[in-house]
Amino acid sequence: MTGVAVLTVALVLLPLFAIFAYLVYKGIGSINLAFLTQTPKPVGEPGGGMANAIVGSMVILGIASLLGVPLGIGAGIFLSEYGRNRYGDIVRFVSDVLNGVPSIVIGIVAYGLVVMRQKHFSALAGGVALAIMMIPTIARTTEQMLLLVPQAIREAAYGLGVSRWRTTLSITLRTATSGVITGVMLAFARVAGETAPLLFTAFGNQFWNWKMDQPTAALSLQIFTYAISPFDEWHRQAWAGALVLIVLIVGAVAAVRIVVRHGTLAAGA
Amino acid sequence: MGVGITVEHLNAFYGKTQALFDVNITVLANRATALIGPSGCGKSTFIRCLNRMHETIPEARVDGTVHIGDLNVYNGTSATQLRRRVGMVFQKPNPFPTMSIYDNVAAGLKLSGFRNRKKLDEVVHKSLHSSALWDEVKDSLHKKSGASLSGGQQQRLCIARALAVQPEVLLMDEPCSALDPISTGKIEELIFQLKEQYTIVIVTHNMQQAARVAEFTGFFLLGKMIEFDKTEKIFTNPSDKRTEDYVTGRFG
Repeated sequence: MTGVAVLTVALVLLPLFAIFAYLVYKGIGSINLAFLTQTPKPVGEPGGGMANAIVGSMVILGIASLLGVPLGIGAGIFLSEYGRNRYGDIVRFVSDVLNGVPSIVIGIVAYGLVVMRQKHFSALAGGVALAIMMIPTIARTTEQMLLLVPQAIREAAYGLGVSRWRTTLSITLRTATSGVITGVMLAFARVAGETAPLLFTAFGNQFWNWKMDQPTAALSLQIFTYAISPFDEWHRQAWAGALVLIVLIVGAVAAVRIVVRHGTLAAGA
Repeated sequence: MGVGITVEHLNAFYGKTQALFDVNITVLANRATALIGPSGCGKSTFIRCLNRMHETIPEARVDGTVHIGDLNVYNGTSATQLRRRVGMVFQKPNPFPTMSIYDNVAAGLKLSGFRNRKKLDEVVHKSLHSSALWDEVKDSLHKKSGASLSGGQQQRLCIARALAVQPEVLLMDEPCSALDPISTGKIEELIFQLKEQYTIVIVTHNMQQAARVAEFTGFFLLGKMIEFDKTEKIFTNPSDKRTEDYVTGRFG
């Protein structure tokens, strides 16, 4: 039995390590200071880097998190604390459907909502597209995590004269923090690598851009463009970009975990 | 100081099911009053009506009048306001698992916006003393989580947490049913001391416990208050046949 368990664990972990090892093998050679600090060079010129795309990805993901996390957690709170009825069922159903909508379709929605109105591609549009993708995942995991908090804990707070909304925020949500964070990180990691919804929202950019309402480079877009190009140099850079992207995601998830662990007292400590 | 409780014509419902039928009772200040009766007789529902916890259950409702001191519980008093004056200890110890011991005790005050650090320290200190837990936890107030204590300690922590908001009445819903005899003994001792400052209403399954801690005892059966009298009288010379049958162990 133990043997089977070990075997399945190995089978599950193998693809992850294989992907990571292959990325390192292919990408590490092209990562240097220039890659991390310079913008792309025109075709034919060697060198250059993806610094603008790295920053652009961070900006877009920042916007997405700023919009998606509060909305997702808010919806999760509604579902668990106030949504044990027909309205809740409607929201649950819609959120599950939204979770299954192809990401490119969400990109089109953001195009219609933001790009058409602004008349040009922008980091904001990309952020909106990714935020829409984050919401259902965060909402449903938040709901599940809050439902795991025993009713007795809420009653303890009510019994002290704490109001309902205060109980929800300071007791229920706080008790479920680590689970809620897991949901947020899951959603974050999922959208961080998304390319399709950015194609006609953030669009990509060969140069630095610091304005949120202008076309913005993103790592996933840059990888896509370089990977389908006919140039060996660009292929190598695409590998390097993929490696940087995965390291950024793992780094962000790990950083949040550490911060959260420091902020809360582990039960049973 | 504790205050008295007057209940008149109290009926409680869960949806269409009526759980309490026309309960009338007067609880004296600074006394312990025990409520006994078989499972499902409505005694827990009854004390949950005293601090309006009953209405937190969907579709539950109440009619009748309850006065706690000068507060008219179901008329012109907000539930949160009321619950600050009527503390509650639950059947299963329920400390906030992610909070330290200190934060558990201070939670009621902190969450109502009270921030004065020095005053909080004082209240936490005093409440843990009153619940006879101070000596066991004084070195780990901030280090340990409330959930890391033993069951009996957790229940005393919950008592301290309830006392910290300085209530006048303390409701206890079978506070010892999840505890071993030694922890039970400690809680009972505590009830004896707490009576000096608070009015205590305790629901219990254990008739010996009622006899040990309470001056007055009420017997519930099928949602009705059958008899309410001095504890001695209930256990030695009850006026109702059903009370006698119950306390002598003929049913329930």
